[in-house]
Amino acid sequence: MSFTKSKFRHPKLPTNRRGFTRASYEGAISTLCAGCGHDSISAAIIQACYELELEPHKIAKMSGIGCSSKTPTYFLGKSHGFNSVHGRMPSVATGANLANKDLTYIGVSGDGDTASIGMGQFIHVIRRNLNMLYIVENNGCYGLTKGQDSATADEGSVNKKGIENPFYGLDLASLALQAGASFVGRSFSGDKNQLIPLIKAGLTHKGFAFLDVISPCVTFNNHEHSTKSYGHVRDSKDAVPLDFIAHQDEITAEYDPGSTQEVKMHDGSYIRLYKSREDYDISDPFAALTEVAKYNRQGKILTGLLHADTYKKSLHETLNTSDTPLQKLGDEDLIPDSEFLATINQSLR
Amino acid sequence: MNPTNIRDPEYFHKVVDCQYACPAHTPVPEYIRLIAAQRYTDAYMVNWESNVFPGILGRTCDRPCEPACRRGRVEDKPVAICRLKRVAADHKEDITDRLPEIPKIKNGKRVALIGGGPASLTVARDLMPLGYEVDLYDNQPGGGGMMRSQIPSFRLPEDVLSEEVNLILDMGVNTFFNTHVSSMREILDKGYDAVFVGTGAPKGMDLNIPGRDDVALQAHIGIEWLANVAFDHTDKIGEKVIVIGGGNTAMDCCRTARRLGGQDVKVVVRSEFSKMKASPWEIEDAQHEDIPIFNNHVPLEFVHDEGKLQGMRFEKVEVQYEDGKRKLVPLDEPPVFFECDEVLIAIGQNNTFSWIERDLGIEFGKWDMPVVDQVTFQSTNPKVFFGGDAAFGPANVITAVAHGHQAAISIHKHIQGEDVKDRPAPGVNLVSQKMGIHEWSYDSEVSHDERYLVPLLDKEVALKDRKLEVELGYDGKTAYEEAQRCLNCDIQTVFTTELCIECDACMDVCPTDCINFIENEEEVVLRDKLRVPAYNDDQDLYVSTALPSKLVMVKDEDVCLHCGLCAERCPTGAWDMQKFLYSVTKAGKSNETPLAIG
Repeated sequence: MSFTKSKFRHPKLPTNRRGFTRASYEGAISTLCAGCGHDSISAAIIQACYELELEPHKIAKMSGIGCSSKTPTYFLGKSHGFNSVHGRMPSVATGANLANKDLTYIGVSGDGDTASIGMGQFIHVIRRNLNMLYIVENNGCYGLTKGQDSATADEGSVNKKGIENPFYGLDLASLALQAGASFVGRSFSGDKNQLIPLIKAGLTHKGFAFLDVISPCVTFNNHEHSTKSYGHVRDSKDAVPLDFIAHQDEITAEYDPGSTQEVKMHDGSYIRLYKSREDYDISDPFAALTEVAKYNRQGKILTGLLHADTYKKSLHETLNTSDTPLQKLGDEDLIPDSEFLATINQSLR
Repeated sequence: MNPTNIRDPEYFHKVVDCQYACPAHTPVPEYIRLIAAQRYTDAYMVNWESNVFPGILGRTCDRPCEPACRRGRVEDKPVAICRLKRVAADHKEDITDRLPEIPKIKNGKRVALIGGGPASLTVARDLMPLGYEVDLYDNQPGGGGMMRSQIPSFRLPEDVLSEEVNLILDMGVNTFFNTHVSSMREILDKGYDAVFVGTGAPKGMDLNIPGRDDVALQAHIGIEWLANVAFDHTDKIGEKVIVIGGGNTAMDCCRTARRLGGQDVKVVVRSEFSKMKASPWEIEDAQHEDIPIFNNHVPLEFVHDEGKLQGMRFEKVEVQYEDGKRKLVPLDEPPVFFECDEVLIAIGQNNTFSWIERDLGIEFGKWDMPVVDQVTFQSTNPKVFFGGDAAFGPANVITAVAHGHQAAISIHKHIQGEDVKDRPAPGVNLVSQKMGIHEWSYDSEVSHDERYLVPLLDKEVALKDRKLEVELGYDGKTAYEEAQRCLNCDIQTVFTTELCIECDACMDVCPTDCINFIENEEEVVLRDKLRVPAYNDDQDLYVSTALPSKLVMVKDEDVCLHCGLCAERCPTGAWDMQKFLYSVTKAGKSNETPLAIG
């Protein structure tokens, strides 16, 4: 009986240049249902942080409520974390980010936490372009309360009780595009080859990076007539392969420039899309919206990087905050002496 | 790579590293679990069936299983398999009613066993229950062969030895002890239906250097001297003793010398420390008894004063390698002199077959060794079989046991008129261990304890009496803790492609990154591309058939903890933990259990 995972790791587990192994980014053993897509996303986050050589103590995990929002316990056990209020993760993340801009912020939310109770918060955090990666682990149902249809359940999708969903599903990627998100991607928990580079890109992106990750609920929404099952998603997604090449990575292979499209990031990293999207320019959010709609109408799922605007100002830039994180400013920086106070008062007369 | 054929019994057998490495293929994890469950008698019988001498081997085995133990690849030290075996023997209850029944009416066939060591005794054990009449000849006063004459009592108490030897002799073996067989022709003339030669490698090698003949009374051949000690012909030795040689016999010699009055006992070895043939634990035991080891010293001469030994001179050498060949190159230093009163020479042992006439159809080959089939142990005279050290030169007890089992099969087949080359298939059983979502019928949780030390008798006391056993053995509680260190490698991870939905849960949860979902490639490429590259080529890759996504599941067996997490996190039961029991089929048994794999 093992609710515990052995401490033994592969003795030849490789290390990244900071000396961390993949195990350094692990968390507690998952208590979600066996086979939950969310666990696979946790593993992808671990792999992405390992490959980006992030320091665990410089990462903060933020979440709301739901199965998805439990997952930060299961990765990055040595990082900061805040499991907040249902749908209110964006506010808490905004506060944390304003206080300490030096951390890397990973928000994990679900379709309930984002598309229902947290919709208002979601739209506004996008609007402010807060520097964070926001992942929605989207399974189209409320798994924690026994699998009711969520707001992202597709019209016509059948739930476990056999009832067809009469409402159309919200498309979170489209919503994010419309709200002005500077980075939007969609992926599938069962496709780590695509998901890991997307997470790495999202973590590197300066501004709000949104990933809608379809993550099957094995217990309530993985049957034949579900549109968020492993089988259905695998069959109906198009896979546009991509690579994320971090600025510190060695370039190992050359590609024919005609077959790829590259997106440069602020720090010199870049995203390389293979089999480039001939139909639209990835920096144009409206083109992306059209493309997503086109796929949705065909009952297909467009995955990969949908839109990236690497020039858009992040919240800290807009507010022109100090270079030193606010949390690190001491009394001498924050409390003016009496002479300086007098000058201020004088200026207000 | 082609999908792995898990229906081949050898695939999962190889995963059970200890059992695979054991010459007799004793199902190690099976009996270790029984020890943990305090079912000592059951654990003993699992051993007895397979290796015949659990109490003896639990103290003296060369333990090929331990260097193979997976635990040694996961952390520092392997499970103390050998000493756990001893626990089963120490704590067992009466086993009389579990012993095979010996037919009162014999089958009319007679078999002679030459030599009363582990190989011959194993043949007797396998043939007696089949109704054979077995005659055993040995020149010693009791059964056991080198286990009696060469293994000192402080490692193997006489009562432990006799108990297990007698279990076999008491089946009704006709014993001819103190009987030196000097002619194979005479034996064959007695009309036996088969003859088994298990005479070991009884001739100790001598050190032919200047002065040897002059000190004949003060320099002894190690195994002869040990036998004299064992049979109470020798009970003391000089204060200063040099033991020449770096093998296990040398270790037994020096430790015995310490108990017979040797105060300043040293071991001198030609080779470097790392190349010594003795098992590391036997070297440790000698060092623990304050016996220094001098390596890279080549004996030059015995120094004596008109026949009275003064000491020995050695040349110091350096080890060099030329084209992979080892060379001992003398250092430009004056020879080293060590004073001594007596010398024990333990530099190897040889077979001797001068008693086998060369016109009996028994062909001899290289180094005057008989030509023996590696599988059937039959010589070129179809009636004559060889086993143990007599077959292919000096090895160890457990190898002799393994030979004995196979030779018994051949002897039985030969006498029944069957083809000896037609070997019986192993017994194989594969059964799911699932009891609930998080429950298995084995302790799947992995213990992180380090290897437990076996308590020793106080050194002062131990050195006073050569018959006092030095190792005290684990008590029940420590045995349990040590048993829990076993990773249960026989509980196999069995994968069913058709059930897999490719959710990656197994891959994500595996503590040691064994599982991969990856595009299929040829083996070398695949090994390189795994989550952790699999560069231990001794360990297989378990490859599935293609999944719906066209990927394949590839599991590197190397450091799998058999913790069952892959199967616990699998939502569809595509992974299952199944207990694999592999047993070597013995003489007169056929294996009709079909291999049941889901």
